[in-house]
Amino acid sequence: MQKYTCQVCGYVYDPALGDPDNGIAPGTSFDQLPDDWVCPVCGADKASFEPE
Amino acid sequence: MRISVEIKDDIFWVGALDWSVRDFHGYSTMKGTTYNAYLVKDDKVTLFDTVKKPFKGDLLHCIYKVVEPSKIDYLVVNHVEPDHSGALPEIMEAIKPEKLFCSPRGKKALLEHYHREDWPYEVVPSGSEISLGKRTVQFLETRMVHWPDSMFSYLKEDRVLISSDAFGQHWATTERFNDEVPGGELMQHAAKYYANILLPYSGLIQKLIAEVQKMDLKIDMICPDHGLIWRENPLQIVAAYDAWTRQISKRKAVIVFDSMWNSTATMAKAICDGLAEEGVAAKMMDLRVDHRSDVMTEVMDARAVIAGSSTLNNNMLPRMADMLTYMKGLRPQNKIAAAFGSFGWSGESVRMITKTLEEMKFKVINPGVSLQYVPAHEGLRQCVELGRDIARAVKAEG
Ligand SMILES: [Fe+2]
Ligand SMILES: [Fe+2]
Repeated sequence: MQKYTCQVCGYVYDPALGDPDNGIAPGTSFDQLPDDWVCPVCGADKASFEPE
Repeated sequence: MRISVEIKDDIFWVGALDWSVRDFHGYSTMKGTTYNAYLVKDDKVTLFDTVKKPFKGDLLHCIYKVVEPSKIDYLVVNHVEPDHSGALPEIMEAIKPEKLFCSPRGKKALLEHYHREDWPYEVVPSGSEISLGKRTVQFLETRMVHWPDSMFSYLKEDRVLISSDAFGQHWATTERFNDEVPGGELMQHAAKYYANILLPYSGLIQKLIAEVQKMDLKIDMICPDHGLIWRENPLQIVAAYDAWTRQISKRKAVIVFDSMWNSTATMAKAICDGLAEEGVAAKMMDLRVDHRSDVMTEVMDARAVIAGSSTLNNNMLPRMADMLTYMKGLRPQNKIAAAFGSFGWSGESVRMITKTLEEMKFKVINPGVSLQYVPAHEGLRQCVELGRDIARAVKAEG
């Protein structure tokens, strides 16, 4: 599945890992993330991400 | 200067002056810097931030002028970077505070810096408040301004904003307030600080400023963790940040170059001539003498960046590689660009610089000028033309 990079801090969202600290299970694609999900490192919103 | 300064009733500056630092992780601090910490005397005596490790004695010295360090009840860590938390282990030992306040990311960062599970962390979500007695402190998370852990502390009743690294300047002075120093020089330091520390987070800072404006915080004083406190017209620095976040550029070009035997330097001069002929201001930044961080200050409000280097061993010169790596990380936006350089036999530098400029999403509007050995009249004419070409593009944008 496509990884996405935060353009603010460089964090990479990897669907295989999800974001368990914030209730996102492994296997969740970037598109499936809720609209209010934010970068777990810097707090930037989804619009700040671009495909890796 | 190891005295405390009462900046408002029962609020004291207790930081440290670093007159000698000239290289702050790659940022040239030609006039040193300060590490500001603030002490509030109230029912709960509270210290906001500490200092860089070697200055822990200076901090304690200043604290002693106000209270016995062990009388401090609360410690607030607005930012974990070692210039503000390096002295923390010793200071924790000296004051043994009841609580150590930090942001959620702050706790994580503190654990990853100092590995102390036993400290009395009290994680404060953004917007939450604590009472010190007569005073209320409100915390405001400011992620990536400029680290994930960063936050502001706002002293409500006093209308004092302790703003961590935001609104700071690297400038060591015995004066503590903006109205005690020349305003022009102060703004120059503040601009250099923004260009070299905060520029990549401009989008977030824009949002933060909007958020703070919506909260309608009353602000009498902005107390950053470096440099002078904004007391007279404190909102002037917020207005300046507002402009810098938008990266509004002037009719100005920066010609930044390095040269082996002055051929590339001669080309730079010819490019400058072309810009001047078209009436566009140009800054020549010679990497043999100019520091990367001063180049960035000039780049911030420039509309065009023209980068030149000789070719050395099939590469650009190392000072230019340094400059471009640094510039790329700081993510300046909306620049017109081109490359130039002299070479002996292979001439890779112009192509390599151009590629990096494109990676930075600069608008490369000219293939650049690459000349062999020592430029002659015809080659320099091409350079003048390059300058004019850039100048026309600069003027076309207003
Ligand atoms: Fe910092
Ligand atoms: Fe700092």
